[in-house]
Amino acid sequence: MSASTFRSAAVAVLLGLTPAVAAAAEEVNVYTSREPALIQPLLEVFTKETGITVNTIFIKDGLAQRVEAEGANSPADILSVVDYGNLIEFVDRGLTQPVKQEELDAAIPASLRDKDGHWFALSMRARVIYASKDRVTETALTYEDLADPKWKGKVCIRSGQHPYNTSLIAAMIAKDGPEAAKAWLEGVKANLARKAGGGDRDVARDILAGICDIGIANSYYVGLMRSGAGGEEQKTWGEAIKVIMPTFKDGAGSHVNVSGIAMAKNAPNRENALKLLDFMVSDEAQKLYAEANYEYPVKAGAPVDPIVADFGALKIDPLPLTEVAAHRKDASLLVDEVGFDN
Amino acid sequence: MTTTADPEATTRPLRRPASVGGLDILSLLVVLLVLTPVGGLVYFAVQGSGDLWPHLLRNVIPTALWTSLLLLAGVGVMVAAIGVGAAWLIAGYVFPGRRILEWALLLPLSVPTYILAYAYLDVMHPVGPVQTALRALFGLDSPQDLWFPEIRSLGGAIFLLGFVLYPYVYLPARALFMMQSPTVIEVARTLGSGPARTFLTVALPLARPAIAVGTSLALMEALNDIGASEFLGVRTLTVAIYTTWVTRSSIEGAAQIALLMLIVVFALVVVERIGRRHQRFVGRGGRQHQAAPVHLAGGRAALACLACVAPVAIGFMVPTAYLVVEAARRIRAFGLPADLGTWVANSVTSALAATLVAVAVGLVVAYTARFSRARWSGALVRLSGIGYTVPGTVLAVGLLIPMTSLDNAVDGAARSLLGLSTGLLLTGSGAALVLAYVVRFLAISSGGIEAGLAKISPSLDSAARCLGAGHVRLLGRIHAPMLRPAITAAALLVFVDCMKELPITLLLRPFNFETLATHVYGEAARGTYEDGAVAALMIVIVGLAPIILLARTSFRGGDRGPG
Repeated sequence: MSASTFRSAAVAVLLGLTPAVAAAAEEVNVYTSREPALIQPLLEVFTKETGITVNTIFIKDGLAQRVEAEGANSPADILSVVDYGNLIEFVDRGLTQPVKQEELDAAIPASLRDKDGHWFALSMRARVIYASKDRVTETALTYEDLADPKWKGKVCIRSGQHPYNTSLIAAMIAKDGPEAAKAWLEGVKANLARKAGGGDRDVARDILAGICDIGIANSYYVGLMRSGAGGEEQKTWGEAIKVIMPTFKDGAGSHVNVSGIAMAKNAPNRENALKLLDFMVSDEAQKLYAEANYEYPVKAGAPVDPIVADFGALKIDPLPLTEVAAHRKDASLLVDEVGFDN
Repeated sequence: MTTTADPEATTRPLRRPASVGGLDILSLLVVLLVLTPVGGLVYFAVQGSGDLWPHLLRNVIPTALWTSLLLLAGVGVMVAAIGVGAAWLIAGYVFPGRRILEWALLLPLSVPTYILAYAYLDVMHPVGPVQTALRALFGLDSPQDLWFPEIRSLGGAIFLLGFVLYPYVYLPARALFMMQSPTVIEVARTLGSGPARTFLTVALPLARPAIAVGTSLALMEALNDIGASEFLGVRTLTVAIYTTWVTRSSIEGAAQIALLMLIVVFALVVVERIGRRHQRFVGRGGRQHQAAPVHLAGGRAALACLACVAPVAIGFMVPTAYLVVEAARRIRAFGLPADLGTWVANSVTSALAATLVAVAVGLVVAYTARFSRARWSGALVRLSGIGYTVPGTVLAVGLLIPMTSLDNAVDGAARSLLGLSTGLLLTGSGAALVLAYVVRFLAISSGGIEAGLAKISPSLDSAARCLGAGHVRLLGRIHAPMLRPAITAAALLVFVDCMKELPITLLLRPFNFETLATHVYGEAARGTYEDGAVAALMIVIVGLAPIILLARTSFRGGDRGPG
């Protein structure tokens, strides 16, 4: 290491910037890959109620690697992410510790938390179908239907490698086996109106533009678009589509993914972190947390935003997420094999 | 300008007697620093089983490699053509708008590629302003009746990256054309060579080192780009690395692909260097005499003006205008974001700290290359660019392991010796972030300073030495004044690049540390682009000041022609 390294380190020590030095105060440290604007309002309420300061770092890729590398000295207390795949990876890499709290177990259905308390889902989002209000007459569809040649040149979707899509494909593999899943993926690929890419919102925008008629995307984007949270222009995208809550062909229900939270293995402020966990499943927090991003709260009885309620009732596919997770890697390989994104 | 077959005989600078000096020790430390992330990557790579490779080789690498090569070829041709073409026009001709365009051509430097891609996707979308206006013009009802090039394509990526990265070539090419010995050009003209021939056979070959350095910087940016590529659906090697890591949760596999890519890039760089090993390009340093610029009039003047306006319009004016409109909407509805000042301060402070360190380290590298007797001095120069050849995200992960190991070692020592915990000194403070920026952008500072140093004839060193000047005196009295433009230019480029940097900042920052770039990303990630527009515009605005300053330092002095 160069001299500058030591100088910077020395300066850091003198200024008392290191977490270890600062750890004396009542605080809790959160590493989050959920966008700050979505959790900040909630954390402010927590601080107001408990007097505990919440420090956050918004990290996207590499959150697991950072915690792993920091090891025993990691200041992280709470790991907050979207996608159950990330939560399971934390557990696999040994970055979490089990939590046994009655409040948590009572509030969160068993299928939406780790059985040993290594992670807890806080909200759900469904992978739904966006369809043109003007050009699509169907009101009920299955995921499998999108491979039907009748949609040739009419389907839009983001990259097959995106976690939201690999998760859906993994569920397909779990249900129908790899051969059927591959045939489905090839069928959807053959129906694409444009290269797979962009974001979920582009599906709505491209439907408005007439590029495609139908596509797969997440439920909450509709709330973000229609509410005007994404700007005036996005309202017109959201209004161009209707939401169809699809099921698999077995009729079981819609594919959902979650956002969730885990206690870091070496959490230095464990007591405060437990308080934060409990707070997150309180009625107030569940409402705020789900509303902020137009998601479904995990706690029964917590209200759903009217825009989201308008889609119709959410029927969750009962296949456990841990079972779907086992096929995530195969799903990703399948996307390459089929050349879905090419 | 001398071009000799045997450089050692005439132009090699005087070397110090054979002893390991302070400079050598400093450069060894630099080598350690730049190799740190590679060590981190190797650490991850060797843990992988390699069972992904049959799949990668069958289904991923061929397409990704081919896409990356096409992207590089396309962007390379574009940046070289735009950069050299604009530089040649600005340096050799007088036409309306030249004095403004001379510095305005640098402005695209302030626009991050991810913001550019988003802006164009929006502006050029079928429901965006351009196509809507075109449809109204032609009386078309449906977007499908109007043919319009798809921006979400390899071609779109080449187009956009070309127009935002060309300043890396324009800047050194212009400087070189300005400094080229006028006698060579005038001799060519006197001998009846027309403008095209003079350009192709005399000016262009002489400008090759500058063009090579600039183009390779632009190509590294293009190769490592993740924001624009992902957005435009271009499946490059970098996207493959990213997918392997994020989607398949295999940091090990990702590190293996990254190392492979690093080896390929490094081989290319070495080949390019070998290609011009036997050429030496030494300017005379003086600018007192310059080939008289040619005055253009009428259609030719308009064409020259247009050729220089187009890159500025496409690479800067369109995306900036887009941001201004979006930001204005946001501000009208909600006012300025309350934390804007903090984000600006965080961006500027971290960029500034990194710039200072990067310039200091760059000086060490450049001076080692010039003076060290050690055999590895040449290797050091090439190695110093290593951080630029790896995608930013991957570099950040590569740095995590070594830095946290050091942190934990220091903590362990402090606990056992002093009985207190130091925590994570580097990764807990901003120090890790600053160091990562330095490793990332060292290629820019050392390359720029080295190029500046190369323009100072070694005969000056020899003369100073003969008169008894030591190292320090040589640097302080002779080199410093002549190097100042090069150092300033390198510093400003590093600063602007740090301001725009995203993946490293996201991964290595300390608690509660939001910068402009991370804020833009956070808003973009949840699709509230309007909220991000204000911060995005601030990145461009804060970048403008150093770029205008860059234009002033680079273009100052006797090199300004009339017009």
